[in-house]
Amino acid sequence: MERNVTHIALFAALIAVLGLVPRIDLAAGVPITAQSLGIMLCGTVLGAKRGAMAVLLFLALVAAGLPLLSGGRGGLGVFASPSVGFLIGFPVAAFVAGWIMERTSLAPGVAATAAAVIGGIGVLYLFGISGMALVLDKTLPEAAQIAIAFLPGDIVKAAIAGAVTATLARMRPGALLSRA
Amino acid sequence: MLTLTSPVETWAHRVRPGIKLALLAIWTLGIFWLQTPLTMAIAFAAMLGLVATGGGLFLARSILALRPLWPFVALVGVWHLWINDAPGGVVILLRLVTAVMAANFVTMTTRLSDMIAVIERLARPLARFGLSPKVLALSMGLVVRFIPVMSERHGQITEAWLARARRKPRWRVLVPTTLAALDDADHVAEALRARGGVR
Repeated sequence: MERNVTHIALFAALIAVLGLVPRIDLAAGVPITAQSLGIMLCGTVLGAKRGAMAVLLFLALVAAGLPLLSGGRGGLGVFASPSVGFLIGFPVAAFVAGWIMERTSLAPGVAATAAAVIGGIGVLYLFGISGMALVLDKTLPEAAQIAIAFLPGDIVKAAIAGAVTATLARMRPGALLSRA
Repeated sequence: MLTLTSPVETWAHRVRPGIKLALLAIWTLGIFWLQTPLTMAIAFAAMLGLVATGGGLFLARSILALRPLWPFVALVGVWHLWINDAPGGVVILLRLVTAVMAANFVTMTTRLSDMIAVIERLARPLARFGLSPKVLALSMGLVVRFIPVMSERHGQITEAWLARARRKPRWRVLVPTTLAALDDADHVAEALRARGGVR
C-alpha cells in the first residue's frame, strides 16, 4: 500500500518535472516538451490503474492552482482552453498504455513503444483533437491539422518512453510495476 | 513553489470557493449559448469589468495569464478571415478568452489550500472504492514535496553529465533520474511503514 502511494505520487511529480525541462525545438521549429513523455511513462512503468491515478493526481494539483503544466500553465483556466481535450485524454492515455503493457508478453522495450504510440499518441490525440474541435468550433479534420504539428515530436517521445522502460526493466525489474 | 493565486487581495478572495466554482460552471455553460458577436461582446465586457474590480495590477496579471492562448487566437483569426466569416471568428475567440478569464479569476482569487480542500471534499465519495481522503491528502503533499527534490536530482545528474561530456545530455539523463526517483519512492514507502503506515 505504502509503495503504491509513493510510486503514484512520484510519477505525478515526474510529469511535472518533465514539464519544467527546457523544451527542445525540432528541426522544423516545432517545440516539444517532455510532459507527454511523463504521461507515457506513467502507463508503461506503473501499469493501467496506477498510471491513470498518477496522472489524475497531477491534474488535481494543476486544477488546484499549481503551475505544473509545460510553460508554467495551470489553474482552472487550462480546462477552458483549447488544450482541455489533451488534459482529459492524459489519464485515459496512461491507462491504455498501461493496459497494453500488462496484456502483452512482448519484450518490454517493444511493448512499451507500442503502448506509448497507441495510448500516448492515438488515444491522446483522439481526445485532444475532439477538445480543440469543440472549443474552437471547428470540424475534426480542421482541428486534426493543428495537432499534426506535434506528431513528429510525440513519435520521438514514444520511442524514448520505450527505451527508458526497457532500460528500467533490465536494471530494476521489480520497479516495472506494469509487469509485476 | 509559487502558486497562481494573486497576491493582490480582492473582494473575491473572501468569497467561499464552492460558491465561486458553482458560479464559474454556470457562467461557462452560459456563454456557450451566446451565438452573436454582440451578445458575446457584452459577456466579454462584463467579464473584463468583473476582473477590473480587483484593481489595475490584478487586471494586468489576468490579461498576462491569457498569453498561452495567442497561437490559437492567431490561427482561428487567420482561418476565419480566410473563409470570410469574421463574425463567427469573433464569437469563438471572445468565448474562448471569456471562459479562460473566468476560470483564471477563480484560480487567482482562491488560495491553494482552499482549492485542495474542495478537491478532498469532492473526492470523499471515492472512499467507498478504497481511496480514503487521508491517502489523497498525503499523496498531494508527497507530490508537492517530490517535485523540488526531483528537479534538484535532475539538475545534479545533468551537471555531472556536462562535466564528463561535451554535448548536452537531453534525454539520456532520464533513466538515471527515474531510477533515483524510484529509489526515493521505496525509501519514503519504508519510512511511512515505519511510522505506522498508510491507512
